[in-house]
Amino acid sequence: MDKRTFRVYRGDNERGELKSYEVEINEGMVVLDVIHQIQAEQENDLAVRWNCKAGKCGSCSMEINGKPKLACMTRMNEYEPGQTIVVTPLKAFPVLKDLVSDVSWNYRQNERIKPVKLAPEAKTDRGYVMYQKDVDRIQEFRKCIECYLCQDVCHILRDHDKQDAFIGPRFMIRVASLEMHPLDIEDRLPELKEEFGSGYCNITRCCTDVCPEHINLTDNGIIPLKERVVDRFYDPVTILRRKIFGPRKKKLPPINK
Amino acid sequence: MDISEIRTIEHDVLIVGAGGAGLSAAIEASAQGMSTGIVMKSLLGKAHTVMAEGGMAAALANVDSRDHWKIHFRDTMRGGKFLNVWRMAELHAKLAPERVKLLEEWGAVFDRTKEGLINQRNFGGHRYPRLAHVGDRTGLEMIRTLQDHGIHQGIETYMECTALDLVKDESGAVNGIVCMWRETGNFILFKAKAIIFATGGGGKAWDVTSNSWEYTGDGYAMAYEAGAELMDMEFNQFHPTGMVWPLSVKGILVTESVRGEGGILLNSEGTRFMYNYIPDRFKSETADTEEEAARWLAGDKNARRPPELLTRDVVARAINEEVKAGRGSKHGGAYLNIATQRSAEDIKRKLPSMYHQFKVLAELDITKEPMEVGPTCHYFMGGIRVEADTSMSTVPGLFACGECAAGMHGANRLGGNSLSDLLVFGYLSGKSAAEYARSKGTYTELDAEQVNSIIRNATSILNRESGENPYLLHEALEKNMQTNVGIIRKSETLDKGIAEIEKLKQSYKSVKAKGTSQFNPGWHEALSLRNLLITAESVARAALLREESRGAHTREDFPGEQPEWLKYNIAISKGANGQMQLHKVGRDAPDRELQRIAKSSIEDLEAEVAKEKQTSNLT
Amino acid sequence: MQSDTSIAIHTRGLGTTLRQDKWWIYPALILFGLTSFLVYGFWSAWQADYYWYDAGVSGFGGYLAPFYSPLLFIKEGVAGAAPMSHSIFGAWPEWWPQWLPPSPSLLILAVPGIFRFTCYYYRKAYYRAFTGTPPACAVGALQRKRKDGYRGETGLMVVQNIHRITMYFAVTYIIVFFYDAYLSFFRGGEFGVGLGSILILGNPIFLAGYTFGCHSIRHLVGGSRDCYSCSMVGNASHESWKLVSWLNRRHELFAWISLIWIVVADLYIRLVSMGVIIDPNTWS
Repeated sequence: MDKRTFRVYRGDNERGELKSYEVEINEGMVVLDVIHQIQAEQENDLAVRWNCKAGKCGSCSMEINGKPKLACMTRMNEYEPGQTIVVTPLKAFPVLKDLVSDVSWNYRQNERIKPVKLAPEAKTDRGYVMYQKDVDRIQEFRKCIECYLCQDVCHILRDHDKQDAFIGPRFMIRVASLEMHPLDIEDRLPELKEEFGSGYCNITRCCTDVCPEHINLTDNGIIPLKERVVDRFYDPVTILRRKIFGPRKKKLPPINK
Repeated sequence: MDISEIRTIEHDVLIVGAGGAGLSAAIEASAQGMSTGIVMKSLLGKAHTVMAEGGMAAALANVDSRDHWKIHFRDTMRGGKFLNVWRMAELHAKLAPERVKLLEEWGAVFDRTKEGLINQRNFGGHRYPRLAHVGDRTGLEMIRTLQDHGIHQGIETYMECTALDLVKDESGAVNGIVCMWRETGNFILFKAKAIIFATGGGGKAWDVTSNSWEYTGDGYAMAYEAGAELMDMEFNQFHPTGMVWPLSVKGILVTESVRGEGGILLNSEGTRFMYNYIPDRFKSETADTEEEAARWLAGDKNARRPPELLTRDVVARAINEEVKAGRGSKHGGAYLNIATQRSAEDIKRKLPSMYHQFKVLAELDITKEPMEVGPTCHYFMGGIRVEADTSMSTVPGLFACGECAAGMHGANRLGGNSLSDLLVFGYLSGKSAAEYARSKGTYTELDAEQVNSIIRNATSILNRESGENPYLLHEALEKNMQTNVGIIRKSETLDKGIAEIEKLKQSYKSVKAKGTSQFNPGWHEALSLRNLLITAESVARAALLREESRGAHTREDFPGEQPEWLKYNIAISKGANGQMQLHKVGRDAPDRELQRIAKSSIEDLEAEVAKEKQTSNLT
Repeated sequence: MQSDTSIAIHTRGLGTTLRQDKWWIYPALILFGLTSFLVYGFWSAWQADYYWYDAGVSGFGGYLAPFYSPLLFIKEGVAGAAPMSHSIFGAWPEWWPQWLPPSPSLLILAVPGIFRFTCYYYRKAYYRAFTGTPPACAVGALQRKRKDGYRGETGLMVVQNIHRITMYFAVTYIIVFFYDAYLSFFRGGEFGVGLGSILILGNPIFLAGYTFGCHSIRHLVGGSRDCYSCSMVGNASHESWKLVSWLNRRHELFAWISLIWIVVADLYIRLVSMGVIIDPNTWS
């Protein structure tokens, strides 16, 4: 057992304070446990959002000592004994109360992305046919638990408030998971460049650094998308090839009967 | 209060709960042309479905071509100790494959077989590899797919909005519901022609549970208060493998896939104890030597499955016994070892989130060391009593699907049957709620008296000068359920448990939440406590009444299944005097054909299915 | 116990953060590393001399400093210059402006320079260290004063999209550097090994490690495909993509090794050519 000082943000979007709490820490505790302890014993109305407590739902996103993290997956023994822990809400979004942020903007972004549309000819009476090596890449992106830590840390949204111009890393990889789908026949590149603002990303990789699912957003998602934009709009070689031969036809995986 | 001042929204079909069942229902209702709304306590995509790991059971026969809905049905009935509603188990087994394939069309990316089809894995109680899966994050894949599909179907979502209670019209049919925005504490009214509950279970009544804060039995309590019947509430599944250490994560689920992929259970003496707990009913289908179990794991189709993959009730009780006999692990569980069964690389590929979970939360490398696991409250087989084909409860206009509905799983649920349950009955309830709403025609006015009373109940918690701390009451309830209404039950402890619940009900009358109505967890806790108390009481009382041991319900004082009890379900409703009333309701005679399938030997049924498949191939 | 303090949660501005760790170490190291490279690179290119060493032995072979390769033109009569036979286009052109030193390096530095400048890894490094957008994760970025604020790579920096084109040229440099390495194992037509030849050989090897881990190449060999099982070449494409991906995961590592190596090799040959240090080798 060990005593710690926690400084927790209490307030709304306009004003707030870092309030200090003395807490007792037991072996194996995570930051969310401490918040709950403060809630139950000292401040019944301390607002915090959480669900699964096992890093699977992405609800308890907050900033711990200035770093965007999931509170349920941040162990107390990551910190030096005696170190004060400062807990604040996500900086890139409006604060509703205490540690709870208004993340509704993210939901609106998802609605802008054209949904999946599978090639009808790939359908068999046993379902669609696609192979593991064709889906490995997109399965990585589909691990996303929508904690929005990447959206929070992305300086385009966090520091430059470009919510109207850039859709954010989470939805870049959502687009990637659709664009790289072996059977999807929709084209999202024009809006990716113009409306979703792929050019705003300057690939400083903080989204990858904070991802609790260890998705390599930058190298596997965003940069390949930027390269597809280069193919379509900037590379004279590929543009010429398309002019002469027409757009590459979508080929489908072989179906073994 | 004049209720016309409260914001009121109309929907043909309103769904409460946005997990797999709620979203499936909403998608179908909306496809039927209904104006559809969905109310949820959390954000969209965070519901408990994301926690599901192993997979969804469906007889696709992609991995083992011998699979068929009949065999899935037989497994389900046997897992449920024949107490399942026959028709529901039939619908489930028949419709699951199509629903899973539809999920793929909506964007789900399952793991693939070599032939490029949806891959399936082994699970407890399933005869063949049957669980369509994505690593060990199948629930996430499911909810995200439904979410991403659903947002383009014109469904209105109301996030972080708590449903408080139902409102009924003069005829006794449901015509609306009172809800509260968690952010502001403001109330909102919904007028609806049909309401579907997809509110999940109530595991938060126990101390050690895999359930999150959301699982407070809201649907059970609201339906109960509205006069609907609950059924089979005594059947609470304790998942055999929850984490036991460190304390702060006690109860968090360790997926059954660990055993599906070969993990073995050991006691402190290093004995693989499950060989000592094989029930007679499963003796002929379970390996009796380690050598045979190893052959099964290597893919030998003639070998029988290892005893670790017996149904969840059996494994949970076995671990419980070992701990009681003093052969438990260091922190009071059993050792679950996959490190000796599979290569590190395999483990990381097949069970990535388990690897991650133990690495971060317990600082343990499951590719090198055994995990410590113990039973954790996981799932309610019982719930709102519904009509099998329509999912309508005993109150007109109120439908239920998913975990909050009763009947599909009988006395014990097989792993993997819940996700497919959500897809199948979500869809069916959405469809029949739409039909019902269409037949209803117009919206009816909400009764001001009912609305005011619901709102008064909620606000009085804040307005009291002083009173009981809701967190402490909840803690007392959890302790009580854990000790008195746990895995192993007997009449003395159940009596004690019920008495304690009665006491807590009295204390609840003076519960007080400090602070304002804005995003106030203390208040939310107090509101859900009413639902937990109703849930807990119904469980304890039903458990006391059912004097036998069947599936997940184990009575120390009444061991073994009693044929007499197979004839009844226990239904629970609110009596005219406001007290909880229990009655034994006779079960309908099963369809002859279904009975024949469920009771036939596995060899006969396999031969029958093979013949059927051959003829259909010829035509 | 610390007292409660009021705080504005949405404070912006360069360097604002609640991080308690030493986040500034990474950008500081990058700032130092890249600045040193640029200073040395321009200094070396500006010298226009001592880029060649063959110990005065004529005939096939010799050390060519990597910053000066390939030699498009050669100015004769400069100390430490390569023999005219190594020039691709011959003697130094008349049109070369007087105020610029007659350095072959200035003619060819642009291509690898722009390739590295537009590289997806270096972009991270210098956007963090030089332009502070952002200096580190969850540390306040430099605020733009102009009306439309931050534009990322949609404004002037849209030029980053030429990375693909510079990559096509950069690949040819690897071939040139391999030729230089071959050359360095001979002196006066005689085979041998010197410390210089080892250093020169390291160049194309590490440069290849860097270049073939390039995100653009990764895209071209397989990343652009949605489906590997769909075509005859799909399998080959998948295998090469996996290979490039392996290097790509080490892109940062190779970027720095190749950068430091080229400086070391270049400086070494300059010093040997100037006679400051003696090259240990099998010829003498």
